[in-house]
Amino acid sequence: MTEGTLKPQSHKPTRRDFLLLTASAVGAVGTAYFAWPFIDSMNPAADILAQSTIDVDLTPIPEGQAITVVWRGKPIFVRKRTAEEIRAAEQTPLSELIDPETDQARVKKGHDQWLIVVGICTHLGCIPTGNKPTQNRGKYGGWACPCHGSLYDTSGRVRHGPAPLNLSVPPYVFLSDTHIRIGTEEVSHG
Amino acid sequence: MDSVTKVIRWIDYRLPFFSFIDHELRGYPTPKNLNYWWNFGSLAGITLVVMILSGIFLAMHYEPSTKEAFDSVEYIMRNINYGWLLRYLHANGATMFFIIVYIHMFRGLYYGSYKAPRELLWMLGVVILFLMMATAFMGYVLPWGQMSYWGATVITNLFSVFPFGESIVEWLWGGFSVDNPTLNRFFALHYLFPFLIVGVVILHLIALHQHGSNNPLGIDRKEPRDSIPFHPFYTVKDMFGLGLFGLIWAYFIFFNPNFFGEPDNYIPANPLVTPAHIVPEWYFLPFYAILRSIPNKLLGVLCMFGAVMILFFLPWLDTSKVRSATFRPWYKWFFWGFVIDCFILGFVGAHSPDHIFTDFGNLSNQTLGQLTTVLYFAFFLLALPLLGIFEKHKPLPKSLSEPVLKKSIIVLILLTLPHTVSAEDVPSIPQEKWSFEGPFGTYNREDLQHGFQIYQQVCAACHGLKQVRYRDLAALGYNAEEIKAIAAEYKVETTDEDGNIIEKPATPIDTIAGPYKNEKAARAANNGAFPPDLSLITKARPGGPNYIYALLTSYETTPPKDIQVAEGMHYNPYFPGGQIAMIPPLSPGIVTYDNGAQPSVNQMAKDVVTFLAWAAEPELEERKRMGYKVLIYFAIFTGLMYFLMKRIWARVKN
Ligand code: FES
Repeated sequence: MTEGTLKPQSHKPTRRDFLLLTASAVGAVGTAYFAWPFIDSMNPAADILAQSTIDVDLTPIPEGQAITVVWRGKPIFVRKRTAEEIRAAEQTPLSELIDPETDQARVKKGHDQWLIVVGICTHLGCIPTGNKPTQNRGKYGGWACPCHGSLYDTSGRVRHGPAPLNLSVPPYVFLSDTHIRIGTEEVSHG
Repeated sequence: MDSVTKVIRWIDYRLPFFSFIDHELRGYPTPKNLNYWWNFGSLAGITLVVMILSGIFLAMHYEPSTKEAFDSVEYIMRNINYGWLLRYLHANGATMFFIIVYIHMFRGLYYGSYKAPRELLWMLGVVILFLMMATAFMGYVLPWGQMSYWGATVITNLFSVFPFGESIVEWLWGGFSVDNPTLNRFFALHYLFPFLIVGVVILHLIALHQHGSNNPLGIDRKEPRDSIPFHPFYTVKDMFGLGLFGLIWAYFIFFNPNFFGEPDNYIPANPLVTPAHIVPEWYFLPFYAILRSIPNKLLGVLCMFGAVMILFFLPWLDTSKVRSATFRPWYKWFFWGFVIDCFILGFVGAHSPDHIFTDFGNLSNQTLGQLTTVLYFAFFLLALPLLGIFEKHKPLPKSLSEPVLKKSIIVLILLTLPHTVSAEDVPSIPQEKWSFEGPFGTYNREDLQHGFQIYQQVCAACHGLKQVRYRDLAALGYNAEEIKAIAAEYKVETTDEDGNIIEKPATPIDTIAGPYKNEKAARAANNGAFPPDLSLITKARPGGPNYIYALLTSYETTPPKDIQVAEGMHYNPYFPGGQIAMIPPLSPGIVTYDNGAQPSVNQMAKDVVTFLAWAAEPELEERKRMGYKVLIYFAIFTGLMYFLMKRIWARVKN
């Protein structure tokens, strides 16, 4: 065996060390770049990203009920609230809430009849019931999750655990009084 | 002792992972005189890893069903992030893998690496070759193009020569022809086999490490100074080789990705029409040539399998005790003769059986194939056994450290097999100049928009572009609103709330479907002819853009006298057979561009072909841009490794 190859000699930086460092660095950077296309290929594909907005016609939704539309593969509840439900939502003191948020912050100004939330329980992802008045809405009149009993009120806020957070509000915009576009906050976005 | 060392010690005492690595890499003694031909083993290993990785990621998006497979591959190419890169990496990777492995095997053959005590090492290698061939064949079926389908049909039918052949073939197919069950099982096995290869590679390495590498002198190491540790000497040399290999592989991925492919495989599989010339992938050509050269079906199949099987017996067929061809004056010549024979066999396999080589005294391809087949087997069955008896070898050196030879400079000649198949009555296609050609070519946006206008106003009457989505037109320079307006002019079917099928305006995410609901409707409307989808047309025809351009501009009103143009057909010398159902699509004044210009027919043809080339390869510009970065990277990497190698090896000078 050639001497000196197995045991490092007294260590003064040599030209070889420098070369070795540079070469390793270049190799490491290359490997990282090589990995990126593989990782990125698992992200949503170009055409799926492009489907990021949907338009919803509100006219067929009766008062006191909600419909489910699919946006990015998720159920979105679009609920037309009764005057009674709006009042209940607005008058709940924030101190009673698990995740305090006012009702005004969860609806669009001038459109407080319409509540639009992502219909996924914030506990572990089940879909709460309560879109139709015939379904169990729980004692807060919003939605009730069948999995572990979380209850939501008429503003989609969690009122009874184990869910920690309110049903989230997706980005959306009113195109007119009867049409909304989910997935964007701007009218022009296509 | 710092804490890292402690942890390593703790683990190693229980699981000797680190000492294993240390022993097999740093402690592993390797002959000090290995030349660059010994780089190919590690390259093959790296290629295997890259193939498995890219394959796994492709499998995440691929759909193994006859209805979806072809489109899902195009979906990967067009919509998955870097999907085109993964696919081209994988497809060209198969080619690279075979080049590497064939060179690796020829190296073993030249230096006698299969001789005692390395017989099992060699035989495990042949098992790997078998598995690779099966894997590559099944992988080629997955894109479900015409070549995939007919390749699968032909190869599976080989088994019909055996007793109970019919039942075997139906068992392979899972039906009465190559169909969905076949595709599904091929996908499952194509995913499995690489891991079998990994298993055999591990055995291959265990066998290798038992007696260590052979070397260019072919003699055993006798004294300690004959050996050097594998690391760092050969790790750095392998890295240098990897850099060069990366340059070559990257060139094909980014600048010539379909070089080894067949245009026919961009046509979706059609069980009712066989392509005019079916050819396997290049790495099977020599074996395919052997199969075809023998007029008897059973014998042909047996010889083809035998051509690989015979490699198992190589250690015993070669009776010479001397390993390296360096000291075997006659064998050397036979070896190179054998290499040339393999190349000629490949050449024979690439040409149709009835081809006549007029340049070579009217030699028929069939005869050439038979001759080279006989020579192939004669090398193993006659030359190798007899040479060992009659050849007088040169004196062997005492040890590796006794310098005997000057370094020979070896030039690697990449023999490119001609892909063109002779199509006698079709005139050769004139070459046009295209903006997107060459390593720097890009699409001209204005041409693209004009081309798209022609597509909309002329081609779209009969042809679809179903792999392209309206939103992709952004690449032509249209903005979101314009694309919406373009899409809204077309209708797509959907079901309403009550389950009725209704039509609604298309949206940007819809694909540009053709005017017909299905192939039957298309044929009914076109006198029995089927207007093909144009998404891939420039990739799916030999000659590509030049062919489409020639076709569009060469309708001749007066056909040659000896040609009877059938009812409803039109004479066009570039169309195979000379008669095409498509009416001359372009005529002066048929389209007015948005800028008011009235283009000539040639101009229109040019623009629409540019547009179709874009439709077929929308990734082209991004691909080339990325290609430069990758090539520059590998050039730097290779350079650095070269200097590092020189430094490290400076100590081993004799
Ligand atoms: S998922 Fe809804 S309560 Fe657990």
